[in-house]
Amino acid sequence: MTQPTRPGPTSLTDLFFSVTILALQGFGGVLAVIQRELVERKRWLSNEEFIEDWAVAQVMPGPNAVNLCMMIGARHFGLAGALTAVAGMLAVPLLLVLLLAALHAQYADNPAVSGALRGMAAVSAGLIAATGARLAVALVKNPVPLAWGVAIAAASFVLLAWLRAPLAVVLFTLGGLGCLLAWRRLK
Amino acid sequence: MSPHQIVLDLQDWLALFGHFLGLSLMSLGGAMSTSAEMHRYLVEQHGWLSQTQFNEAIALAQAAPGPNVLFVALMGWQVGLNAGSSVAAVCGVFVCLVGILLPSTIFTYQVAQWGHRNRELRAVRAFKQGMAPLVIGMLLATAWLLGSGGGGAGPKLWLLSVASGLVIWRTRIHLLWLLGAGAVLGAFGLV
Repeated sequence: MTQPTRPGPTSLTDLFFSVTILALQGFGGVLAVIQRELVERKRWLSNEEFIEDWAVAQVMPGPNAVNLCMMIGARHFGLAGALTAVAGMLAVPLLLVLLLAALHAQYADNPAVSGALRGMAAVSAGLIAATGARLAVALVKNPVPLAWGVAIAAASFVLLAWLRAPLAVVLFTLGGLGCLLAWRRLK
Repeated sequence: MSPHQIVLDLQDWLALFGHFLGLSLMSLGGAMSTSAEMHRYLVEQHGWLSQTQFNEAIALAQAAPGPNVLFVALMGWQVGLNAGSSVAAVCGVFVCLVGILLPSTIFTYQVAQWGHRNRELRAVRAFKQGMAPLVIGMLLATAWLLGSGGGGAGPKLWLLSVASGLVIWRTRIHLLWLLGAGAVLGAFGLV
């Protein structure tokens, strides 16, 4: 388990609100906000742990941000933590999205509203790229040889962003290659 | 949204719930990966949602904060509204959202607990660490797709993305300040 000196959620309430607040900042990518809030600011987990938990959350079925927060909650408070984290991820954003759906009909054509959404999406894109840049530093300590790691990251970017390959295919091929390379280096 | 009236009996509700339970374990990489199947079932096969309503559910959930899986809740809401009442709409939210989340969440919880207990196993460590390069590539691809806005992003919007990326990378400023700044710039038509 985690060392006692390690910061973490102090209570289920703290966990619920921490997750709610980060969920509310996620426009198009809650995962990057999790890295920002829980790794950079609260230091509940390290960059390496974040990547490892994400790998599990990603290959499992279900929304990866929900899976990841559930795992973090479970790490600290067991099943109660898992349920609290899932509730925190969904409850307030759910109410908000229903409210937006109700307002949508009236304001969909307002240029200021669509402009604001466009501006927030651009900031989110910057956030997600910055998260990628920060995590790339962790590749140096990774058992996958650095040249291979950079090549896999670059190839997956091209496949997903430019060639629009299906995620499942990329996960199994390039992800599998990374696992194989790590397996050979570990003992 | 255009009026689109339907009748749902108990059996339909159970079928809807069962459909989302089944989709849950297939939703590798997120619920969005099964949206084509949802479309086939809800729009084409049963006509419980119109095409426009389906598209709007996805677009709204992506524009709103929070995990994208909430588009499923919006679909349930709209199916319930089409069935005639806001009670049915609330019912639809829970049927669809619980359906899409319950099996995958239980499964992931069990696997994560197993992985944590066996974290010293070579295979577990190789899997978790070997995925890191791909995770980074996926993040950069997501940023690219979101930033290019489906190909419609002009140079000023790109500049905003790059500038906020640099600020976030080099500082620990709270995200809400930047999101707010982006919203203001966008609302006044400056980007």
